[in-house]
Amino acid sequence: MRGNLLDITKLKVVFYTYRGVIKALNGVELWMNRGERLGIVGETGCGKSVTALSIMGLVEQPGEIVEGKIAFEDKILTSMNGDALNKIRGNDLAMIFQEPVAALNPVMRIGFQIAESISRNKKKNEIKQVYPEVRRMLELVGLDWKRTIDLYPHELSGGMAQRAMIAMALSSKPKLLIADEPTSALDVTIQAQILELLDELVKKFGNAVILITHDMGVAAEFCDKIAVMYAGNMVEYANTTDIFENPIHPYTRGLLRAVPKIGRTDELESIPGVVPDLVDPPPGCRFHPRCKYAMDACKEKFPSLLEVGPEHYVACHLYLKEEMKNAN
Amino acid sequence: MKLGTYIVKRLFLMIIVMFGVATIVFFITHVIPADPVGAILGGNAPIELVDQMRHQLGLDKSIPLQFINYMEGIVHGDFGVSLKTNRSVLKDIIDFFPATIELAIVSMIFATIVGVVLGILSAVYRNKVIDHFSRVFSILGVSMPVFWLGLLLLLLFYYRLGWLPGGGRNSLFIFPPHITGLVLLDSVIAGDWTSFWDGLRHIILPAFVLGYASAASIARIMRASMLDVLRQDFIRTAKSKGLSKRVVIYRHAVKNALIPVVTIIGLSFGSLLSGAVLTETIFSWPGLGRYIVNALLVLDYPAVTGGTLFIAFIYSLANLIVDISYAVLDPRMRV
Repeated sequence: MRGNLLDITKLKVVFYTYRGVIKALNGVELWMNRGERLGIVGETGCGKSVTALSIMGLVEQPGEIVEGKIAFEDKILTSMNGDALNKIRGNDLAMIFQEPVAALNPVMRIGFQIAESISRNKKKNEIKQVYPEVRRMLELVGLDWKRTIDLYPHELSGGMAQRAMIAMALSSKPKLLIADEPTSALDVTIQAQILELLDELVKKFGNAVILITHDMGVAAEFCDKIAVMYAGNMVEYANTTDIFENPIHPYTRGLLRAVPKIGRTDELESIPGVVPDLVDPPPGCRFHPRCKYAMDACKEKFPSLLEVGPEHYVACHLYLKEEMKNAN
Repeated sequence: MKLGTYIVKRLFLMIIVMFGVATIVFFITHVIPADPVGAILGGNAPIELVDQMRHQLGLDKSIPLQFINYMEGIVHGDFGVSLKTNRSVLKDIIDFFPATIELAIVSMIFATIVGVVLGILSAVYRNKVIDHFSRVFSILGVSMPVFWLGLLLLLLFYYRLGWLPGGGRNSLFIFPPHITGLVLLDSVIAGDWTSFWDGLRHIILPAFVLGYASAASIARIMRASMLDVLRQDFIRTAKSKGLSKRVVIYRHAVKNALIPVVTIIGLSFGSLLSGAVLTETIFSWPGLGRYIVNALLVLDYPAVTGGTLFIAFIYSLANLIVDISYAVLDPRMRV
């Protein structure tokens, strides 16, 4: 195993639709250690969320994991059935979502929904016994439990609902928390608060986090490591500082050039072209139609993941070629 | 708005609706070119007798005046006197109504249970055998005419197989206790199990025929609603918490999916009452539906108007209950 907590190898996920088969994940490689914070960045539709859902075992019809392996500690999640997965989900694995209000059941009180996450499949009256713990969790995420425990989701603001979701996710003391764009649906000021809260709680609980975001700034601030995804592949993976100071993949470079910064006066560059249609993705490296360095090899074969520096991996033919040039 | 205020407001609106219904029914029955006096006395009655009868029934007055008199009566709880039975229409309604409401309630229970259960199974096991069965069941239910189905079932279970009785509320020599007028309930209260069993055997066919269409539409809506709810974000959250499929479906999905179904259940109750007219005729069920049909055949205006008004009243009451149950099911409605 490359990471002692999670190791994903060659994960392929497809979705069957009327338009055709969407090849959403095209052999994703990803791994992480206990207590690490990993950011997954990339454009909309690049497969960040599908990767997260695959780990949770929540890829459902019409989607299917067709190939690959997800190892979590000593367990192989991809070969587990629903019941076995349910013992890990909401226990060692927890997830928070992009739209916090929609992610909560509209007809159940907040307190009950958090309690359910602690006591899980027990009967309703047994669930009531864990309410002291629910109160503690609500306080921990900065909500006044007296005021919020009996509220319904529609009575909460987006920020409050996301706090409740965090309380729900962390209440089971997970080893890995997956946060799928937890701040994208919130106001900017609230975004900062939620990230700060997550930061504080993760320090306290010591759990690993996968933060999915399309915001490079958020990823830089929060994460130890960053994985860049493009059109269903992980294309670059490194420590946060390496990604920002020494990006290798042309797509990562393009992404970073498109980030505005205070004091930056040159024009923001955008990556030409659009994300490919994953029903009929380009052959070889899926980025090659948009890449100004594209070579013949890029059109034929997907580049394998190469270790280019300490803890720095990239999937690009260009790098391989330059390496060989240097070697000669 | 407090629930109490809301109910009062709705009851007030109901009065307006009832007034409207009374007006429409009154004018419809009075503009049809038919003569109730002729229907009572026969075509060859001497003219003096006809005039006398006309006067006696108040039919010699102008229609607006008759309308005012009629409305005045309703306000005082007087629906007039049936031309046929010569009894107060209200008394007739009170006598005939329990049979109808019993049939409607049993049909409703049947339709709700069958509809909701089939809808859930259909959505959870989408495109499996049970889903196909439920969809065929639903299509048949919404497209088969009540009288045809009723006759067919009578032919099979009564005439051919002899498993179930052919009509009426009870067998000839069984006399159910009379407390509320609902045979099944009264039998239970009195502990008379022979009578209960007899009543049950009698109500099965008409309740099935009457409730089938409603069961079918409830199943269809429940299925669609479940499929919609199962796609929602909060279901994904519930699964991510490690809840079992059972808990996700029954605790998280069903309550949400029931919200639109409640409307259909309420509307179905209305169609059950109107469907009762046909079903009661087929199964010689001594209820309000058959009372209205018989009254219509002899142009018994007061009975028709009174009966219709009463059914409209029950219908709006059912709708009020539906709206209140929304508030119970969906906290977002409790504003």
